[in-house]
Amino acid sequence: MRAPLLEVLELVVHRDRTPVLDIPSLRVGQGEVLALIGPNGAGKSTLLLTLAALLKPAAGTLAYHGEALDTEARRQAYRRRVTMVFQDPLLFDTTVRENIAAGLRLHGVGAEEREQRVAATAAQFGIGGLLDRSARHLSGGEAQRTALARAFALRPELLLLDEPFSALDPPTRGGLLEDLGRILADTGTSALLATHDQAEASRLANRLAVMKGGRILQEGALQQVMNHPEDPFVAVFVGMETLLQCRVATTTEGLLTLALGGHEIIAVGEAEVGDPILVGIRPEHVTLSLHTDKTSSARNQLAGTVTKVIPWGPFHRVELDCGFDLSTWVTPQSLTELALAPGRPVVAAFKATAVHVVRKGHHGGDAAQT
Amino acid sequence: MDLIWDGLRKALELLVGLDPEVLGITLLSLKVSGLATLISVVLGMSAAVAVALNEFPGKRLVIALMNTGMGLPPVVVGLFVTVLLWRNGPLGFLGILYTPAAIILAQAVIATPIIAGLGLAALQHLPPELRLQILSLGATRPQLVWLLLREARLPLLAAVMAGFGGVISEVGASIMVGGNLKGSTRVLTTATVMETSRGNFEVAFALSFLLLILAFSVNALLTHLQQSRRPR
Repeated sequence: MRAPLLEVLELVVHRDRTPVLDIPSLRVGQGEVLALIGPNGAGKSTLLLTLAALLKPAAGTLAYHGEALDTEARRQAYRRRVTMVFQDPLLFDTTVRENIAAGLRLHGVGAEEREQRVAATAAQFGIGGLLDRSARHLSGGEAQRTALARAFALRPELLLLDEPFSALDPPTRGGLLEDLGRILADTGTSALLATHDQAEASRLANRLAVMKGGRILQEGALQQVMNHPEDPFVAVFVGMETLLQCRVATTTEGLLTLALGGHEIIAVGEAEVGDPILVGIRPEHVTLSLHTDKTSSARNQLAGTVTKVIPWGPFHRVELDCGFDLSTWVTPQSLTELALAPGRPVVAAFKATAVHVVRKGHHGGDAAQT
Repeated sequence: MDLIWDGLRKALELLVGLDPEVLGITLLSLKVSGLATLISVVLGMSAAVAVALNEFPGKRLVIALMNTGMGLPPVVVGLFVTVLLWRNGPLGFLGILYTPAAIILAQAVIATPIIAGLGLAALQHLPPELRLQILSLGATRPQLVWLLLREARLPLLAAVMAGFGGVISEVGASIMVGGNLKGSTRVLTTATVMETSRGNFEVAFALSFLLLILAFSVNALLTHLQQSRRPR
């Protein structure tokens, strides 16, 4: 079996003698983009610094291509194949050209090749026209592009990105995300991206790890974690806003009827009758209408009333009382057509496959409800 | 006003006429303070880098001591260096008291904490993550130090200027460890003190102007270094 690009085992990191990170195991494969998402203080940055060999772990091993980074010489060599980009572009007080060339100079790359690589990388990031500009006179987006170009010019095998977009305005961020995604794919570079934005994660990553309190709660393929969170905290963090604690009433051919107060919800899954079960529903999977639609493929059609309408960017967030709390997104057009306002009776519809089993049994109630 | 104009004219005469004694005093000032500054740059910058890049118990105390050292009174330094170099003193065997070497030593003691303290402040003012960024670009330890010094070059050169300014203008230590000996340890400041006490105001003025010109020239050179290679 081929060794993964980077493998972490039994990693423990201390800061001021307090453990801040505890990762039993984590792997990054060749060409993989793994997003680390979690709130501030979850340990994302600490994990990246440790993986960059810039922070010494208190315990555990870091293996690169199956070789443990156990000596300073190996760590030094490793730092030449892995590069980190921070939230602050941290550019040198010189030209864009010299900034992109900085890492190449450190690696002892000759002048001719340096020139070529600087020009090529600058072109990839769309800053070819800024090469002679002072790094002090760049916009936020241009500065971050320069920082990324400085990292990419080294042709790293693994790129560690510590929230490099969080200080940028949405259009700038969108453009840069698109370019970075393309360049990562074109060059086959593996990357770890720390972010607290699930949208950013889903645009770049093919794998997702949700962190909290220095631990990885769940890690897996992007869609798997997004749609099948195994923990209430993960569910909320990946946007599964409605979490419901139910009991299994009946099971027939893979379909579960779940009892919740006096209401019934149909879900897909396997469970024993009588089991307590925690399910989650993403707001975007819930649609609203004024009447029950017999022809609809949505098995769940629940009558309820609107409790709140909140403008939310281009959409409106609508909160409902269906005997339990349920939330959904609607367009301004639907808002007008359905005359949605607090007190308005509506029918909320969602498919049985939109009800995701988060956990069987009772959940501890930590941060489950938003 | 006449006194000042006479002083200016006298200074010009001494300069244009290349008065050998005045020229000797000026060159000695430049040599002594220049060498003292050079020694202080090596010692002070090393101390600044060592303190900035390492975490150790008592770091705050060390920084406080460095900052206190920036205000060392020259006469106090003069007293200690004199005692140190006195015939029966710990370094008496060197036999350098009342020689230019003694002045260089005393001035280095004055300038080192200035350059170390201001240099440390300059390095600590850099973003803390810059060090990590440079290391993650694959820098070795010496490369890291070089890039950090280059990144902080403006305040670092200001620190060098402050150090040089402190010693070129200092008189207490020079007179105590040098003795203001004619043709041997007489520098611009000690000569100015002497001529003023004798009432030779024109000569004193002339020497003062030379001192100002010297300080200006050296700082102009350093400023040129500081401001060059900065893209607009």
